[in-house]
Amino acid sequence: MTVKHLLNEQLLMGYAAGILPEAFDLVVASHLSLSDESRAMLGSYEAVGGVVMEETESVEMTADALGSVMARIKSGKAIPQKPTLRPTKPGVLPEPLQDYVGGDVEKIKWRSLGGGVKQAILPTSGKAQARLLLIPAGAAVPDHGHRGTELTLVLQGSFSDKVDHFTRGDIEIANEDLNHQPIAGPEEDCICLAATDAPLRFNSLIPRLLQPIFRI
Amino acid sequence: MDPTEQKRSQGDDWNAHILRVRNHRDEAAFAALFGHFAPRIKGFLIKSGASGTMAEECAQETMITLWHKAHLFDPSRASAATWIFTIARNKKIDAFRRAARPEPEDLPWGPEPAPEAADALALSQETEHLASALNALPEKQREIVKRAYYGDLTHSELAEETGLPLGTIKSRIRLALDRLRQTLNEPVK
Repeated sequence: MTVKHLLNEQLLMGYAAGILPEAFDLVVASHLSLSDESRAMLGSYEAVGGVVMEETESVEMTADALGSVMARIKSGKAIPQKPTLRPTKPGVLPEPLQDYVGGDVEKIKWRSLGGGVKQAILPTSGKAQARLLLIPAGAAVPDHGHRGTELTLVLQGSFSDKVDHFTRGDIEIANEDLNHQPIAGPEEDCICLAATDAPLRFNSLIPRLLQPIFRI
Repeated sequence: MDPTEQKRSQGDDWNAHILRVRNHRDEAAFAALFGHFAPRIKGFLIKSGASGTMAEECAQETMITLWHKAHLFDPSRASAATWIFTIARNKKIDAFRRAARPEPEDLPWGPEPAPEAADALALSQETEHLASALNALPEKQREIVKRAYYGDLTHSELAEETGLPLGTIKSRIRLALDRLRQTLNEPVK
């Protein structure tokens, strides 16, 4: 499988740096699970991160830091891990997405939007929102514009808009300049993962991430 | 000694330190890694908006994770600094969010049991070139790249081309791609 539409530099760098909103991280991680080329590119952006960290002015650790770390290692107590559910079954949904859904497509809790179109909003922190969309084969999503950035990742089937034709693994990056009417391909129902940061602009999200947010 | 020169000779050395932690649970090697990386992680996290206390805790947890996950370190995939950066980054995000950050699926890296030393060496050299290239960027561009990693950019700055010479690590990308293509399973259609 060759994925044709890849992430741009800003998103790859943002993911490598860890500064994207959670909803965008989810789209990027899902895309990376489907595109070896994007994943290889990510490696280079992470290398840049390593270089930047190396060159950042260091700040002295507390006096007993090493001793305390060695003591924690020897006590054998693991660092508490955040909960993740990682099913092993490959499916339509890439693993990072299955973690959010609690399984593959059959576990998605769809809500009808009319005209056969369905959506399921996924729980993410921050103001960017992630949702799964199901567009019946051959059907159209109402024409819409974007107030912020919208990322759309195809997971099943395909869709076309005036930009191009998008298939599994492809990602479309749309901003406020783009008004489009995606139409699902005739071969099967199209399932996409979409994330939007509207009505916020991209830049206003980043400072929010620097606040300790536990749940919104 | 010129600081760049010193760093250059140290890249391989830090890899070797992690391998000693991995293979022998070598505490002296760990202490050396701690002395070098922990204050840099702390500095990086403070630049990224963390408080001193939070940065200290994340830096300590990053080093504990390094000890426990040293078996996952593969010098043909990432340099010591790159690998430690990704651990620190994830600690930072975990501290800010209720759940772990979404990570891509683990993909197998090929049938060969051990990475070839040549790959590790090539990667290490390319990472060094990347460091020099980053330092050779005009001041403004370099600042933009750094601030991107601190999460401190405006919308227009983020949209600007960074001019990063990622071509310098082209062969690393090719290597990674070759490996992935050998082993990547066709996803379910």
